[in-house]
Amino acid sequence: MNITEKILARASGRPRVTPGDVIFANVDKVMMHDVSGPGVIKVFDKLKKQGVNVDKLWDPTKVWVAEDHFVPSPDKVSAENIVKLSNFTKNYGIEKHFKYGMGQYGICHTLSHEEALVLPGDVYVGGDSHTNTTGALGSFACGLGHTDVAYVLLNGKIWFKVPETLYFKLNGKLPEHVMAKDFILKIIGDISTEGGAYKTMQFGGSGINEMSVESRLTLCNMTTEAGAKNGIVEPDQKVIDYLTSRGATNISLVVGDDDAEYEKIYEYEGSEMEPIVAKPFSPENISIVREAPSVELDKSYIGSCTGAKYEDLQAAAKILKGRKVKIRTEILPASISIYKRAMENGLLKIFLDAGATVGPPTCGACCGAHMGVLAKDEICISTTNRNFPGRMGHVDSQTYLSSPLVAAASAVTGKITDPRDLN
Amino acid sequence: MKGNVIKYARDNIDTDVIIPGQYLKVHDYSELALHAMEGLDPDFHSKVKEGDFILSGRNFGCGSSREHAPIALSHSGIKAVLALSFARIFYRNAVDGAFLLPIEIEEDAYSNISEGDEIDIDIHTNEIKNITKNKTYKMKPFSEIIGKIIEAGGLFKYKPD
Repeated sequence: MNITEKILARASGRPRVTPGDVIFANVDKVMMHDVSGPGVIKVFDKLKKQGVNVDKLWDPTKVWVAEDHFVPSPDKVSAENIVKLSNFTKNYGIEKHFKYGMGQYGICHTLSHEEALVLPGDVYVGGDSHTNTTGALGSFACGLGHTDVAYVLLNGKIWFKVPETLYFKLNGKLPEHVMAKDFILKIIGDISTEGGAYKTMQFGGSGINEMSVESRLTLCNMTTEAGAKNGIVEPDQKVIDYLTSRGATNISLVVGDDDAEYEKIYEYEGSEMEPIVAKPFSPENISIVREAPSVELDKSYIGSCTGAKYEDLQAAAKILKGRKVKIRTEILPASISIYKRAMENGLLKIFLDAGATVGPPTCGACCGAHMGVLAKDEICISTTNRNFPGRMGHVDSQTYLSSPLVAAASAVTGKITDPRDLN
Repeated sequence: MKGNVIKYARDNIDTDVIIPGQYLKVHDYSELALHAMEGLDPDFHSKVKEGDFILSGRNFGCGSSREHAPIALSHSGIKAVLALSFARIFYRNAVDGAFLLPIEIEEDAYSNISEGDEIDIDIHTNEIKNITKNKTYKMKPFSEIIGKIIEAGGLFKYKPD
């Protein structure tokens, strides 16, 4: 069995599973946030009316809650959702509630790794499509809707069809100017936004072994954009070190068997990879940066679970150091822990000296919610994950998806720019 | 199950157009219905009738896990979405929450059913009758678990064997 099959077999109490099997998997961790949480609460209310007992959760210690989409609250409805969420966690005894303005908080997927909330081998589900991100730690991480999350909260398990696995092998390191974001955009361009549908996308090979945990997180994050059920990387010493330094103990690694089977294997040579952008209006609509259209950009956005981890900010700082931005540039670290590190290590000063604005952690404009949404006809280059019509604001705005290196280089020139071409 | 078809002859209808991100904070189902399909078809709300179906291409519902998407469609009156294929979270949200039926169709149904056609869907015989054009098409049968959850009326009412 491969790693995903082994995790799902263990979680469903079976000696083995094969793709296509329908299982009920015991869940190790579950997450909801200020968008899915109120949705779950609504499901609970409906169940209560139907006479279902919703007095107790299956295990409140396995649940955590993030406030990320509509914080800081832009309006009354959002503020009320945060209050609803706070009442819920209080009533049900959920202690891991990361509250805006009270120490560590941030984007849910970022907290999953920054706070070592998920461990290798876990079955982890969350009320957000980019839950896939956390598969980079060697867990089965999968996004679900409100009804399914409510079901997990009450029953501790959920049904899955065991997925087929696509294996993406990266031979050799990515060049210095190329990031994991470029690699995953290239893959989505090759297989399409439906190419991973219902499947596992697993990443391996020497290039992945060389990669930092944060880069692997970027890869798994955007398996969602290929339609995948989960993205995963077999865990190694880097994952152990990463999680241990964040307080995790009792880490045991699950890896695939030597005779593990994959539906298809795709191979890429690290040295051949180039900086990539995804043009409007789909993550599969890719172009090499040097061949991208010469459009006048209005904004560069460096934020989100995809593109505002510490490493992403470091990449942006490398470009922005000693330079000035030519267009509006917004940088939103994905969690307070990252924000603090960026401050301590001088990154925030580099950003502010360059003329950029630094905002608080929030999903914000990535999902068109608030804080910097785009006007009609505005064009943005962004380190986020989707560029569907209206994703970041007006339905007639445009978003180009890129790595933080490209987004920062483009901030300096006002046009889509390969970091190698900066003076 | 009889109804009229609203057709979007394109692939990759994503959750951002089904219900734009700015409405994610809204959990009032009838208010969500007011904004259904707003990102693609601002006239949707005025033309949709109780019992209508949506017909579309590949990868319907791709993007986010927002359950707001099947909720907004279902509370607009949509009873089923017929598509060449579905994105996984939209599909499971539609079924587990018992909001609407996601029906996978073949190319002949996709190209031959037109906007406004009255059709009759039978999920037991897996047939779609086009009453307007007097034609019949096959739908892909639901997998065993999906069939059982639909039959039960959603995941919470389903009792695993």
